[in-house]
Amino acid sequence: MKFDVVILGAGPAGLAAARAAGRRSASVALVDDNVTAGGQIWRGAPRIAVPAGVRFFPQTRVFDLRPGFTLLTESHGAMEASRLILATGARELFLPFPGWTAPGVFGAGGLQALVKSGLPVAGKRVMVAGSGPLLLAVAAALRTAGARVVGIAEQAPLGRIVPFLAKYPAKLPQAFALRARLVGVPYWTGTWPVRFAEGMVTLSGGRTVSVDYLACGFGLVPNTEAAQLLGCRLDDGFVAVDSRQETSVAGVYCAGEPTGIGGLDKALEDGERAGAAATGQAVNPSRGAFVRDLAAAFHLDPRLFDLAEPSTVVCRCEDVSCAALRPYREWREAKLMTRCGMGPCQGRICGPITNCLLGWSAESVRRPLVPVAAEILLKDVFEP
Amino acid sequence: MTPSPDVMIVGAGIVGAACAYELARAGARVEVIDSGLPGGGATAAGMGHLVVLDDNEAELTLTKYSVGLWHSLAKELPAAAEFWGCGTVWVAADEVEMAGARAKLSVYRQHGLAAELLDERQLYEAEPNLRAGLAGGLLVNGDAMVYAPVATRFLLEQSKAKVTRAAVTSLDDLKAGAVVCATGAMAPALVPGLRVRPRKGYLAITDRYPGFARHPLVELGYLQSAHGDSNESVAFNVQPRPTGQLLIGSSRQYEDATASLLEPMLERAFAYMPGLRACSVIRTWTGFRASTPDKLPMIGRLRDRVYLATGHEGLGVTTSLGTAKILAALILGYAPPIPAWPYRVERFDG
Repeated sequence: MKFDVVILGAGPAGLAAARAAGRRSASVALVDDNVTAGGQIWRGAPRIAVPAGVRFFPQTRVFDLRPGFTLLTESHGAMEASRLILATGARELFLPFPGWTAPGVFGAGGLQALVKSGLPVAGKRVMVAGSGPLLLAVAAALRTAGARVVGIAEQAPLGRIVPFLAKYPAKLPQAFALRARLVGVPYWTGTWPVRFAEGMVTLSGGRTVSVDYLACGFGLVPNTEAAQLLGCRLDDGFVAVDSRQETSVAGVYCAGEPTGIGGLDKALEDGERAGAAATGQAVNPSRGAFVRDLAAAFHLDPRLFDLAEPSTVVCRCEDVSCAALRPYREWREAKLMTRCGMGPCQGRICGPITNCLLGWSAESVRRPLVPVAAEILLKDVFEP
Repeated sequence: MTPSPDVMIVGAGIVGAACAYELARAGARVEVIDSGLPGGGATAAGMGHLVVLDDNEAELTLTKYSVGLWHSLAKELPAAAEFWGCGTVWVAADEVEMAGARAKLSVYRQHGLAAELLDERQLYEAEPNLRAGLAGGLLVNGDAMVYAPVATRFLLEQSKAKVTRAAVTSLDDLKAGAVVCATGAMAPALVPGLRVRPRKGYLAITDRYPGFARHPLVELGYLQSAHGDSNESVAFNVQPRPTGQLLIGSSRQYEDATASLLEPMLERAFAYMPGLRACSVIRTWTGFRASTPDKLPMIGRLRDRVYLATGHEGLGVTTSLGTAKILAALILGYAPPIPAWPYRVERFDG
């Protein structure tokens, strides 16, 4: 299968890119590993439809990317693309505190996804903790599903959030709308969980709250692995792009969170630009400062990086504790000696944690991009 | 200024670390230098299989001696070194290979090594995920596995050697009583013309499947792959980690071969263990063995005060401890515990 443009990821950025590219080219494919388009934000209910004429490949996991460009997929073999748009989104940042791996503690987005796929939360006491605008969205969704949201703990102080909202009045209606769905729910700023044990969350400042579930999300980590596999340059952890969303590798474009955490509106603008640029259309310039301002407003308090005790697990796949990592100076050394980051998630979870706690940066990405059945790696299965 | 050491070892892989350990135990002041992390090269890329091989007398002597040394060291190793006295099962596909297994058994027994012949049923009982219809196999009881990067670090720590992270461009510039080049497949960069070629191998590792394989499993045709000189070869070689993860190998190709051997290697593995097809692979990688023309290591004096400990092919981890015993004896001037001449450096000269 050969296309002019293949778009990896059918979240807002990918859908906007598909819409833009589809205006010019009749040979556009959109690939996503989920059942439906929409990504994490619009999970299952996308506000942009997959444009007519764009071929959508749901439940299609890409496990390798080769220059030129070839995408190896689990279910559809090899796909060829003249140009590639990476709209691979972001994942949650987890931070370890005593109890963070106990049953009952979830990622904030992870719990929201579980609820959408049927986990009953009606009547359950849930606390949402961490940082960023997503906490409100998750709390609102949980409440809609019948959960008793007992509080939202936002680590950023109010003194940083208010000026941020004041600078972006366009975001206010969205913020107020979410808040309106959360009437009566305490929103504690400058506050974070320091411990979870036997259904009890202890917050910084000493307050304890009894919960059934604790949903944590300390911000977002960009999914840059596909870009890295193609050799795209990263800049401070994000995929470097020019004003047309093109990466350092000619023909590879990147849109949305991997180029800078900016949420929905930024993803839509990025996607539009990438889709237009990849099909030779005129491109509107980017507006810019929001990503920086958002990062500054919800910048993580360094005290969050000292919550783990020596016995607190950092790498869940290989069961590596905080104390086990302390003797080492860098990611690869710790990995060699403790096997941290060598389990099924390949450091996707613990890599960003050690980046926060120890200042380490993870090394280059190895194939396959996602775990795949060994037989899928056989070359002849992938003859197009 | 600190005085120059008695011995400077270039290369902090398992071989360099073992040499540092042995020389320090013999009383020498040792330093180690490497441009990368200790145990981060071929040491980390391999499987960590401690295996007695009997292709020739010299290989059998060195591997048997070395595996014995590993067993003596085992109780001192930290738990993270994952020493596991699991043995090896050599798999015989047909009656011809079964005859090979019997011959192997008699060689091992002659050398005082414990081994048991497995018939078709016993092989299946030992390893139920092997395909039906194999002829049998040979269980070599004394073989083991180790997580080599941790063992490397342990040996370096025990040696108390100063470990410097820096690139070395010339062995002659190093100030020491003796200099050891233990840089594996990269040795020719420091010793131009050395008869060592990088021989690439692919490996894959799966998610956890506890009990799927219970021993390191190697096809009896493996020696042909390892010792033959064909430019590209693969052999069935699957080894369980204590976690239940499976390491899938093995392949060999010299640097001028460019085709990926990952696929033929996997196909070979599937032919022996069909259930592997569905096992989830989480990572694949390659590493480089240091291969000499006769597949035996080079251990001994190169010139003046320069010594070599390289060319271990696929047996670097296994024979590191024996190599170190021989090299320490040659440097410090006492009799080596096993004959050193089969591994002498000058054997390819002229």
